[in-house]
Amino acid sequence: MADTKERKLPAPAISPETQAYWDAAGKGKLLVKKCTACGEAHHYPRPICPFCFSDKTEWTEASGKGTIYSFSVMRRAPVPYAMAYVTLAEGPRMVTNIVDCDFDKLKCDQPVKLVFKPTDGGPPLPMFTPA
Amino acid sequence: MSIKGKAYIAGIYEHPTRLAKDLSLAQIHAEVAKGALEDAGLTKDDVDGYFCAGDAPGLGPMSMVEYMGLKVRHVDSTDTGGSSYVLHVGHAAEAIAAGKCKVALITLAGRPRAEGMATGTVPRSRGGTPTPDEPFEFPYGPTVVNMYAMCAMRHMHEFGTTSEQLAWIKVAASHHAQYNPHALLKDVVTVEDVVNSPMISDPLHRLDCCVITDGGGAIVVVAPEIAAKLKQPKIKLLGASEFIKTQMGGKVDLTYSGARFTGAAAFAEAGVKPADIKYASIYDSFTITVLMQLEDLGFCEKGQGGRFVADGNLISGTGKLPFNTDGGGLCSNHPANRGGLTKVLEAVRQLRGEAHPKVQVKNCDLAIAHGTGGSLGLRHGSATVILERE
Repeated sequence: MADTKERKLPAPAISPETQAYWDAAGKGKLLVKKCTACGEAHHYPRPICPFCFSDKTEWTEASGKGTIYSFSVMRRAPVPYAMAYVTLAEGPRMVTNIVDCDFDKLKCDQPVKLVFKPTDGGPPLPMFTPA
Repeated sequence: MSIKGKAYIAGIYEHPTRLAKDLSLAQIHAEVAKGALEDAGLTKDDVDGYFCAGDAPGLGPMSMVEYMGLKVRHVDSTDTGGSSYVLHVGHAAEAIAAGKCKVALITLAGRPRAEGMATGTVPRSRGGTPTPDEPFEFPYGPTVVNMYAMCAMRHMHEFGTTSEQLAWIKVAASHHAQYNPHALLKDVVTVEDVVNSPMISDPLHRLDCCVITDGGGAIVVVAPEIAAKLKQPKIKLLGASEFIKTQMGGKVDLTYSGARFTGAAAFAEAGVKPADIKYASIYDSFTITVLMQLEDLGFCEKGQGGRFVADGNLISGTGKLPFNTDGGGLCSNHPANRGGLTKVLEAVRQLRGEAHPKVQVKNCDLAIAHGTGGSLGLRHGSATVILERE
């Protein structure tokens, strides 16, 4: 059983356009940007929709539910970790880690739920664990 | 306007080194430039177009044009990672067709091995102003190998591809590398050797990965009237295409690469089909890279790549599609962690009939070279060229 306990996570570099995302992460919420013009949600968040180029995008709170699209356990790291793409219930797939689990039992399309892990001096990172 | 028939590859050179402790980065660029110009029968004063990518020191063309004492009227430093140099061949042809230059020099060099770079297994931040994706990726620990591994994991999940099938790609490369005196890994390996090598990041083993080497290479692309006066066999560019594939705002699909688009476009421009290709240089940062590109370029149906590469089908002399007959990035050379340029070099050797006799494809008159740069699992550039011996 490996988890992120000993792994030091670097703080994300925060820019003005993503400040709200990280402020919400600090409160245990995952935000997804949604475009009110075309209705599409996207990730990573941008002020201008990457699908229709409208600037009418707004922050919405994700349910925290998702499935593993793909993953890989980095065995050669000092503390092995599971890199992953998770497909959010809201649609977008995001780069993340799967934590607090037996890495050898992970599978594509497996349901997962949101957790947050602290970083080194920055806001916590949204990650996922088997649901 | 098409570039078909508008430009020829007249000179090539691959640096023999795989560990360049005593060479500077600029020096390697200049040595490969000199080698390719001599191969073409041209001099540096003939060069009027210069192409390089992010591996070049300083401000790319400005630093290297000065260092090499060039006088050029056209430069292009488009950087799409390891695919840059395949893309540069296409851009050079465009520039030549537009009358912007007649002799285009493309160089690549790097020293990741001498510098002790942890190429594939440590997350890398580019430093400076973060890219927009960086806060949402870098803290999670994306590396070169684990992001390609995620493509392999999903491919296995959707199509039933196996580690043994992927291993056949390394096996084929090793069969070719045994004849290349400069190859870093010259030993022939078996499927068992590959799947029993240490797991780096599931499902990719150590032998699913390419080598890390220093060195470089260069290509000289010339106008038809220049090619007509030179001694080398005439290698004509028939088609070229490039594409950037991204995460598409969260609609990322790891099962295909940009080769789906560049292959279709390059084949259409060339007026040939995958079945016409006698030799294929396919970017081989990892075994999964090759498998996905073969599918996407149209050599087999999507999802059938595992069956296509199995049982030695990529081995020259026995397989249906001889690939990377120099040993490729998987066994011979992956200079600067950028394997696109050497893909073009071996395609040209095959078309000239200059490959090692043990791996030379008979009557090799049509070849493809394809590059992937960046990260197949995050965002990548693809570039394809189709070349013909005239």
